[in-house]
Amino acid sequence: MARPLVNVPARARPGEIIEIKALIAHPMETGFRTGPDGALVPRDIIHRFLCTWNGQEIFSADLFPAISANPYLAFTALATQSGTITFRWIDDQGGAQVHSVEITVA
Amino acid sequence: MTAPHPTIPPVASRRTVLALGTGALASLVVRPAAATPEALRAAIAEFTKGATAQPGRVRLDIPLLVENGNAVPLTVRVDSPMTAEDHVRRIAVFNEKNPQPNVAVFHLSPRSGRAQVSTRIRLGDSQIIVAVAELSDGSLWSAQAELIVTLPSCAED
Repeated sequence: MARPLVNVPARARPGEIIEIKALIAHPMETGFRTGPDGALVPRDIIHRFLCTWNGQEIFSADLFPAISANPYLAFTALATQSGTITFRWIDDQGGAQVHSVEITVA
Repeated sequence: MTAPHPTIPPVASRRTVLALGTGALASLVVRPAAATPEALRAAIAEFTKGATAQPGRVRLDIPLLVENGNAVPLTVRVDSPMTAEDHVRRIAVFNEKNPQPNVAVFHLSPRSGRAQVSTRIRLGDSQIIVAVAELSDGSLWSAQAELIVTLPSCAED
């Protein structure tokens, strides 16, 4: 799909609440716009976003056409153990963009 | 004998006219909050499974005057300790006048730490935005904001 941009602190203390920001380049075509030929441009949006920490889901979102192009999501997470935070964006074409970052909790 | 005071003309000064003018404009902007169209109410009822959400505990941070409806920053916060016993399960955001009433549904857990989510949304018109939070005990809370959009997202190209 596209190159995502995520912002996660490299290290955190146990029990600390960290802020996670995730941005991805995507047109988020609503399906309500007409193209140059007057026909509706088919809908193509990211309708699902998931964030897992060592495989456990910590946050997810169902998105609708009212979300801006290049969807941006910022949320928080409770730091428990070191590991991998995985982000997954799923669009209407069935394509998924997966991105992982490492975090050290000590 | 005291000198007569300079009489204040009974006509409204420029300053009072201007003050009245802004007041009159503000009163024009305030519209009845109950005018939520059918689609918005149906979408909220679908999320709450017919139950009514009580106002409170949810905070909706969104600019009240939006210049560009293509990317409106929105932050939803819910007053919750986010423990295993008492946390926010879902937060849904709805709008009144876009082609579709749904904006997003966020799924949270005690691992979220705080019940706070930010994103950017599209707004096709000046309208009401409603956020509804579903807590782990099943209770429903809501907040709403009415905002003015000067350049709607659908006016592009």
